[in-house]
Formats: sequence, structure tokens, C-alpha cells
Amino acid sequence: MDIAILLLPEIILTIFALIVLGYDLIWPGRKAVLVTLTLVAVGLAAIGAIYTWGTNKTIMADTISIDDYGVLFKLAGLAATAMVVLLGMSYIPEGRRTQDAKRRLLAISRQGEFYAIMLFAAVSIMFLVSANSLVLIYLSIEFLSIASYILVGYLRDDSLSTEAAIKYFLYGSVTAAAMVYGMSFLYGVSGSVDLPTIAKVIAGTLPSPESLRGIVMPAVVLILAGFGFKVAMAPFHQWSPDAYEGAPTPVTAFISVAPKVGGFAVLYRTLIVALPYFHSDWGGTIAILAVLSMSLGNLVALTERNIKRMLAYSSIAQAGYILIGIAAYSQMGISSTLFYVMVYTLTNIGAFAVAIVISNALGSDSIADFAGLSQRNPSLALLMLFFLLSLAGIPPLAGFFGKFFLFTAALEQNLTWLVFVAVINSVLSLYYYLMIVKVMYVDPPESTVPLETPRPLAVAMGISAIAILVLGIFPTPLINLITTAAAALMQVSS
Amino acid sequence: MLTLIWLLPMIAAVVLMLMPKEQLRLIKGISIGTAFITLVISIIAYFKYDVVQGGFQFVETFSWIPALGISYKLGADGITVPMLLLTGLIIFAGTLMSSTLEDFREKEFFVLLLVLVAGVYGVFVALDLFLLLVFYELAVLPMYILIAVWGSTRKEYSAMKLTLYLLGGSAFSLVGIIAMYWAGGKHTFDMVQLATANFSREFQVFFFLPIFVGFSVLAGLWPFHTWSPDGHVAAPTAVSMLHAGVLMKLGAYAALRVGVFLLPQGAQVWLPWIVLLTVVNVVYGAFVAMSQRDMKYMVGFSSVSHMGLVTMGIATMNSIGMSGAVYQMFSHGVMTGLMFAVVGQIYKRAHTRDMPSLGGLLQKTPWMGIAFIICALTSMGLPGFSGFIAEFQIFVGTWSAYPILAAIAALGIIITAAYLLRVVYQVFFGSLKVEFEHLTDSKPIERLAMGLLVAALIIFGLLPTTMVNMINSGVAPVIARLTTGS
Repeated sequence: MDIAILLLPEIILTIFALIVLGYDLIWPGRKAVLVTLTLVAVGLAAIGAIYTWGTNKTIMADTISIDDYGVLFKLAGLAATAMVVLLGMSYIPEGRRTQDAKRRLLAISRQGEFYAIMLFAAVSIMFLVSANSLVLIYLSIEFLSIASYILVGYLRDDSLSTEAAIKYFLYGSVTAAAMVYGMSFLYGVSGSVDLPTIAKVIAGTLPSPESLRGIVMPAVVLILAGFGFKVAMAPFHQWSPDAYEGAPTPVTAFISVAPKVGGFAVLYRTLIVALPYFHSDWGGTIAILAVLSMSLGNLVALTERNIKRMLAYSSIAQAGYILIGIAAYSQMGISSTLFYVMVYTLTNIGAFAVAIVISNALGSDSIADFAGLSQRNPSLALLMLFFLLSLAGIPPLAGFFGKFFLFTAALEQNLTWLVFVAVINSVLSLYYYLMIVKVMYVDPPESTVPLETPRPLAVAMGISAIAILVLGIFPTPLINLITTAAAALMQVSS
Repeated sequence: MLTLIWLLPMIAAVVLMLMPKEQLRLIKGISIGTAFITLVISIIAYFKYDVVQGGFQFVETFSWIPALGISYKLGADGITVPMLLLTGLIIFAGTLMSSTLEDFREKEFFVLLLVLVAGVYGVFVALDLFLLLVFYELAVLPMYILIAVWGSTRKEYSAMKLTLYLLGGSAFSLVGIIAMYWAGGKHTFDMVQLATANFSREFQVFFFLPIFVGFSVLAGLWPFHTWSPDGHVAAPTAVSMLHAGVLMKLGAYAALRVGVFLLPQGAQVWLPWIVLLTVVNVVYGAFVAMSQRDMKYMVGFSSVSHMGLVTMGIATMNSIGMSGAVYQMFSHGVMTGLMFAVVGQIYKRAHTRDMPSLGGLLQKTPWMGIAFIICALTSMGLPGFSGFIAEFQIFVGTWSAYPILAAIAALGIIITAAYLLRVVYQVFFGSLKVEFEHLTDSKPIERLAMGLLVAALIIFGLLPTTMVNMINSGVAPVIARLTTGS
């Protein structure tokens, strides 16, 4: 198949990003057109991605691998982008509501950049999830990071937002440097940046690949710093609560899911394709990081009173659960990771959408503002209940099956201790998720004025709620697709 | 038929959710109607179940998530059917009792109640372990909101404690269940097929504990029982009834069905130790109940004590003890549901549950008084009521398995008699206080609810044969596995 067709998603997104930029330059302030263009771009890119389903080949001098594993992650990334665009449509930046008309105008007049950068970020995710060489991995991670920094600091006259961006940038630069350093080790060992070649050279080392452990394992740890930063797992998570809090909420939703989609895709692919020989070593490292991430995220989240910070720690914990699937190096491990990443993406965006409705109406991100939501807007409260319970892993929502799947994969590899740690963590997390439920359903509302839900947000929330309900009850069709993808990747590995 | 029994309440819950909240009469009507239909279904199941044939009947099955060997499989055996009948009775009485609810946010109350009921029925009829877990958590979670919104006395604390304890317990069971999926080599969650798997002895010994204890948390096993009195007290009447009456049985049921039935060698190793905990349950629960002033706490701890008898019966690992345990699950469910119904009515009218400050209520509220006295007699195990049949079997079973413990546990019976007689005396006899002169007796609809439960206590006390035979047919396969050890 022609290379141009295989790269259709990337090409479409890039062209549309430029169109969006240009259109906004010529006819500024037409939000509806910009949003339409962006959504069309994402939709076409998704069609392009689906078109390449079942291809399974490498192109561009083996730097890009077009395979089913990548396609599924691409679709997850595109879904996240589309929903965040819907979220961004109705978001009114804090401190910038009607009283400050001039500043508000400023925010609106720069709409084009916002959507263009979102599209560029999507392009970088497309490359990241199908990257097959260390160089492309590094480039696309940097690409994604830079787009994210700009989005986080998007409210440039808001000090919190700027601070968040700087912090994000500093952490990102350091971890990226560590990652490149680690990659240089792998290059030194194998003389190649191509993932399958690295595996081949390691396997063929004489007298035994064992002698390389002293170099490969430090390299893994350094590379994990870079990936760990993207997926916000402990101990590379410190930037996330501040960045989450300071960023405009739609962007928070975006950085809580999109870099995770890209990060986990590339993390698993790198370990599986390049380093299958050392799987028991990195498996142990990942298991320890999983424990760290889950426990730290959940424990700190218990004390948070700000919804964005709480969701930040919750997503650190969620990253820990996903790592379980990676620690279980197996086909089912890949499948369960893919499934959980998708479910997590949908759920988290839904939860942030509810937070946007609340902060639009009441002007704060405090959990206390959810008081009496079940009376002010029963359907909104019900949606939030769904999202929280799915994150907590309560049936029949998809979060439950996702965790069940991860645990099943881990127990196949006899990681019983890890699963016990994870279930204890799930119970811990239940406490803070239920605290929000309590605030919504038990606490009396401050006023009985009903809260309005803007339509784009309602659409986004509706899609995620239906998706997590359907995936929770009938996961089989998705599992069948995922199993195909996982089997293909596992074959490359062995 | 079994699909209908859980699906109907679920559909009703969704329908109620879409209805305007002003249509109170209709909302209550739909709830009561649904509860009644499920009761009818459970009665039909009771009479249609073929005891001679035994085993799982009314089986429905189709493949659900084949990638993980999960199927949607329902069925009922001699243990399930009495539990269905119990659930039907309690939920019908519970919705009748709640129809006098004049609080606030009634619509949400009934929606959650129906979801809870769907979960409870689901656990009893599920034959697939994944499905069982889904229903189990579905039954526990609505509790949180039900108690936190409509409860009393430290309701938020109690609701959170209850939810964390119960879901924490089930999380441990979940690990054991997934481990069974791999260990048996069957790659299925179907209980019937897992029963034919060969689990190694080490595996059974290791995983029996998380599974059995995880589920037993819900059965109020000491020392994991502390959520239960708090939860019972905080919950609104109908929820207390369902909770003590049915929900705690889910724990014992799942512990028996998943723990003892599927991992018999693990049971043989651990149950002789767990029985010690159950004796503590029985005796300690009774002592604590004796020292309560709050009537609802008293009933709550008496539940802990009686549920101890259930787990003790299971731990005997002989036919008569286990059969008694299941009978006790039914009998205690009905009895405790009735007790909470009476306590709820008293509290609603007198606005206190402090027993020493009540007194002479029998003069004003004979219906409640008589219902409570019948409960007390059942609870003490007097012949003629269902409690006697149950406790007699349990003690015969325990005597043959652990004679010394049986003697100690019998102490619990004596204390039970002591505190119950004291309650009856303090609350219903003696002189009526001036402030309670105005008390009114139960409304007709409440009388109907109480009458139904009283009738069940007496019928199954006088004519136990049908149910005992049914339970024996359900317990037989468990005993068979325990004796052959595989």
C-alpha cells in the first residue's frame, strides 16, 4: 500500500491544523467553523486509521510501524482529542467571566491557536503510538510535550496557568534528557535505533545476553523516566497536580488522557519489541513502580479538596493500575492494558466535563461546590456518579471489567502479591470517590437554582457515559479487536 | 424466569428514574408492585423446584465474554430457592413499610432500593462467579447513598464504613476467584464447571481464606463485624430490614457457595479455626446486645450473634449443621426484618429508641408489641417458630463436630433469652409514660407487612419439612465434596 495512504491520519491532521490556523488569521473569532474543522479533521483521521487496520508492516525505513496495536491507540487518542474539543467549546476561563469583558475577548480571539495546537498534539500522538525507532520516539515525545506546554500555559495572563506551564516544561526537559541518555546506552549496545534490531542484537550477543544486563537495565530506568513523565506515574509525577490545577480545565482533561495514551503505547511497545529478553527484569521494575504509583496517588488523593488536584492524584493511581498489565508480560497483559487505557480515557474526560460545568456555573474547582448537585441537576450528578464509580472499578461500569481484566492478566503470571496490593488500593480509592458522591447526594445545596449544562458538554458526557456502560456490559466486540492487535504485537516480541 | 426476578426491579428502577418526582403515589405503587411480582416469582420457584431431582434447576445460560470464559449463567438449587423466598418476603414487606415514608426525595429512595434488590436477587441466582461479583457490588453500593441520605445517627460515618468494609472484603474474594480461573486449568468462571476442576491442596489452602473471609465480612464474622451494628442503626427502616434480613445472608451464601463448595480441602484446613471466631460472634454479640440501651443497636448486635450461628453451622461441615445454617439464614432474615420493622415504627412515633425511657407500649400499640414478642420468641429458639428448627439443627451439628464449642455457644442462647425478655419487658410492659399517651398503632399497610412476616415465621416453624428437604438437597453436594475431599 502506498505510504501516503498509510500515513493518512497524520497527513490529514497536519493539513487541517494549518487550515485552522490560516482561517482564524483571516476570519478571526468564528468558533463554530473552527470547531467543525477540527472535528472533521479528527473524524477523517479516524477513518484513515481504521483503513489501515490489519496492515501490520513497517514503513519509512522501518521507523514507523503501522499495526493494529497502533491503530487502536490512535483511535483512543483521536477520541480523546475530539471530546476535549467539545469540552473546550463551552469552557469559560476562571476569573474571566462577564465582569472582565476585555480579557474575555482576548481569550476568545485566540481560538484558532487552541484548536490548531490540539490537532498538532494529535499528530504527535499518531506518530508516538506507531514509532518503531528510538529517534522517532524521542521526536514525537518532544513534539507532544511542546504542544502540551503551550496548551497548559494557554491562559497567558493567568499566573497559575503560566506557572503550571513552566513547571511542566522544566520537568519535561529534565526527564527528556534522561531518556535520551538512556537511549544512547541502547544504541551503544546494539548500534541501532531500530527497536526490532535492538532485540535481535541483544539476543545474538555472545557468550550470553546476560552480560548486557548491567547496561540495559540502567538504560531502561532512564528511559522509563521519560515515559513515566508522560504517563504521570510515580516517582515522575510531581508536575502533574500543579499542571492539572493551573491549566484551563479542558486542557487538564487533555493532558490527563492523551499523553497517557501515547506514553503507555510507546512504553509497552519499546519494552516488548526491543527488550523481550530482559522481560523478567523490567517486569519487576514495572511492578514496583505500579505499587508506588497506585499507593502514592491514592493516599494523597484522600486529602485533596480541589477536584482537579484530586483527579490528578487519581490519575497517578490509575497509571499504577495500567502498569500492572505491563508487568504481566503476556498477550493478555497487552490486551488488558489497551482496554483499560481506552476506558480510562473515556471516563476521565467525562469526569472533567462535569468539573467544567460546575466551574463555569460557580467559578471554582472546590469539591465543596458539588454540594446538592443531585437536586440542582440530577442527570449531571448521575453522570458524575457513573464516572467516579467507573474509576473506582464498580460494576457494571467498564472500569470494573477493565480492572478485572488487568488482574486476570497479572494472576496468569502469578503476580498474586501485586494484585493484592491493587485491590487494597481500589478500596482506598473508593473512599475519596465516594466522598464526592456524598457531597453530591447528601450535602444540602447552597442554592436551589438549577445548573445548566451546555450542549457540547452534554454530548461529550453522554458519549462517555454510554460508552462506559456499554463497554462494561458488552466488552466482547472491543476485546476481539484488541486480542487481534495484542497477538500481532506479541508475535513481533517472541 | 430467573432473569426476570432481577431484571424486573432493574427495569422498574430505570422507569422510576425517568418519572417526575411529584407522582408519589405512582412511584410507590410501581415499587410495591414490582416487589410483589418478584415475591410471586420466588413463590412459584419454591413450589416448582423438584427436590427429588435436586441440583441446579431453572438454568439459563449464554456466552457473555468468551475471551475470559465468562458466561451469563443463572440457576437455583435447594439453597438458593429459600433465599429467593426470603428476599421476596423482605423486599415486599420493606416496600410496604416505606410506603409510609413522608421524608424527602422519595423517588431516589425507591430507585436505589430497587437497584439494591436487583443486586440481591442476582447474587442468589448467579452461577457464574464474575456475574456473582457484579451483582454483589451492585447490591452493596446503593447502600452507601441510602444510608448517607436517609439514615440517622452518624449516618455518613456508618455508610462509608459499611461500604469500605464490604467492598474491601469482596475485593479479596475477587483475587481468589480470578486465581481459581487459572489454577483449575478450566479457564472459566462457571461454578458448575469449576466444581469439576482439580485445585491443588496448596492452592486451596492459600486461597480459601481470602475468599471465605472476604465474603464473611458481609455475614458479620467477628472481628470484621463492626460495620454491621453501625450500618443497621444508621439505615432507614426498609434498608435495615433488607440489610440485616437479606444482605448479610449474601455474605454467608457466597462464602458457602464459592468458598466451601469450590475449595473443600481449604475448608477442611481452615474451618476448624474459623469456628472459633464464630463462637466469639455468638457469645460476644449476645453480651454486647445485652448492654445496649438503643433498641436498634440491640437488634443490630443480636444480628451479629445470630449470623454467628449461621457461620458456625457452615463450619461444622456436616449435613445437619449446614442445613441448619441455611435454615437459620431464612429464619433469621425474616425475624430480623420484622424486628427492624417494629423498631422503625416505634422510632417514627416515639422519636426515641432508648429502651429504659420507653415502657408500656403494648397498651397503645398491640400490633407492634405482639409482632415483636413473636420475633423475640423466634430469636430465643422456642419450638413452634422457625428459629427452633434452625438452631436445633445447628447445635446438633456443632455438638457432633466440636462438642466443647457447642457448649460455649449455648451460652449465647441463654443470654439472648435474657436480653430479649428484658427488652420486651422494658418497652412493651410496665407502666405507660405520659409522653407516649398519644402513640398510635401500626397503619393497615404496616400491619400487612408485619403479618406477612409473622406468618412466615409460624408456617416454617410448624411445617418445616418441605424446606428442610429442599435445603438438604442443596447441601448434599457440598457435603459430598467435603467428605471426598475433591
